[in-house]
Amino acid sequence: MTNAPEIETKKLKREILIRLIKAFMSDNFEENVRLIPYDMRPKGSEVPFRCCIYKERAILRSRTIAGLGFAMEEDDERTLLSDFAKRALERKQPESEPLTVLQNACKGCPSARVFVTELCQNCVAKPCMKACNFGAIRNNGKRSIIDEEKCKKCGMCMNACPYHAIVKTVVPCEEACPVGAIAKGEDGFAHIDKEKCISCGKCVSACPFGATHAKSQVIDVLSKIKQGKEVIAMFAPALVGHLPCSAEQFIEAFKKVGFSDVYEVAQGADTTIQVEAHDLAERLEQGAPFMTTSCCAAYNELIKKHIPEIKPYVSDAHTPLYYTAEIVKKEHPNAETVFISPCFAKRKEALDNPNVNNVLNFEELGAIFIAFGIEVDTCESKEYKFKSSKEARDFPLSGGVARSVQAAWKGDPDALKPGIINGLTKATVRDLKMYAKTGKCPLGNLIEVMSCEGGCIAGNAGLNTVKMALKKVTDYSAQSYSLKDTK
Amino acid sequence: MEKIKVKICQGTTCFVMGGSVTKAIQDVLAEKYADTVEILPVRCLEACHENDSFSQAPYIYIDDEIVPSATVEKVISIIESKLKHD
Repeated sequence: MTNAPEIETKKLKREILIRLIKAFMSDNFEENVRLIPYDMRPKGSEVPFRCCIYKERAILRSRTIAGLGFAMEEDDERTLLSDFAKRALERKQPESEPLTVLQNACKGCPSARVFVTELCQNCVAKPCMKACNFGAIRNNGKRSIIDEEKCKKCGMCMNACPYHAIVKTVVPCEEACPVGAIAKGEDGFAHIDKEKCISCGKCVSACPFGATHAKSQVIDVLSKIKQGKEVIAMFAPALVGHLPCSAEQFIEAFKKVGFSDVYEVAQGADTTIQVEAHDLAERLEQGAPFMTTSCCAAYNELIKKHIPEIKPYVSDAHTPLYYTAEIVKKEHPNAETVFISPCFAKRKEALDNPNVNNVLNFEELGAIFIAFGIEVDTCESKEYKFKSSKEARDFPLSGGVARSVQAAWKGDPDALKPGIINGLTKATVRDLKMYAKTGKCPLGNLIEVMSCEGGCIAGNAGLNTVKMALKKVTDYSAQSYSLKDTK
Repeated sequence: MEKIKVKICQGTTCFVMGGSVTKAIQDVLAEKYADTVEILPVRCLEACHENDSFSQAPYIYIDDEIVPSATVEKVISIIESKLKHD
């Protein structure tokens, strides 16, 4: 979710992207990339965040490496940024793992621990000691003390204390990760285990130091445009909520960047809806207890890496991106396609789909518009060739996918019981495992699963507040026809 | 008394670099300063177009004053001092 503490780190990341794109547009890309940390922190400038200007620049240098699309972990610290810039231009394929951790921005937060604060009143009853099942709490005559060796961090003492004097500190990225894929290593810094990571991007939003980055494909895309290739943008319906203009103005805005055409991914969502409604009807007829949706890329990664046993309950429908890219490649066989996404996990999906060549997220798109000096709200309005349904345009809302299947449902309306998993967390992942194991789901028989709480409009690379994005998306979809009326 | 005019930029740069901040500013002004402040949503006034000035977005314009790197606190403090001055 977009909230205040991350504004500073997001601004930093966006500023670097804008500078990278400006450098790309200049006549000396490599040298101007090398200068980014010095341009952002020139000699004698203020040191807003770190201990000294040199560390500020070192961190900005690492962030620039991520902006160029490389893993910061693999940096040997002696390669010049200009060399990275050159390699970015030569790259043919984006890297396979979407996320990278900037270890010199990662503070090496203290490990999660339970701690008795000075607010301990040294009471007579000592409920904390009684609550602890591991004998980890003793009293030194002044207050309770936790033995770190014995403490299992269960938090029972914390709940037992009538003064709320016991606190549990967490490592934000570890806390946010629904699958335990990011953890502090022996060196004290966060590492991502790529065997476990589902690229949901929750750690990116959670880290107050902005240490987790997406490896950007912005240079890859702009290079293709510069080479004069036919490059087509396919935008996720959530984008409507994340730019200060109308959806009809996107076409001209994208064309000013050099894209040759623009497609709404809602177009593919209309196919997903029909396939999914049909799939569900068939499954229920055959006695299946429930079916989950299949459009969230982070959920699909979760299935692959952590809950393969749920696969039989997952719809066979492809994602809206899949169908849209198929249409685009059919209509423009030589085109390079770029998906414009609110999320990081879609980069994984794109890697497995030859019809999707690159992915840019909303932040990267915003940076492009700024660097190109494009005022999106002054662009001319143009109609889309294909008019998507209201339901397809509502796909990025929590509950939107379930509602769309309901709208397209041709069978007995009472047979359909929608349930929603609004956000992947450690708890909802546990629930999903349980549904797969028992073959039962108490939520209903059509289960919409979305990794981000609030849906794709709350994606980790969003630009607007979720509330405002929700309003813009629903205002736009309300102009379209409903599937309910076309049955 | 004439109201203080606060122009809130709806341009691309201010939106991308701090749309949630300008929204928060707008909300606070509408809620707490409705009697003394007039909110004017405006298109890009080009303060962000000079060299590196995009990095100082979002911009807010209070009467004739340009406020770079606008925050709720900054804007309120300027408005409060103007109100005291009058």
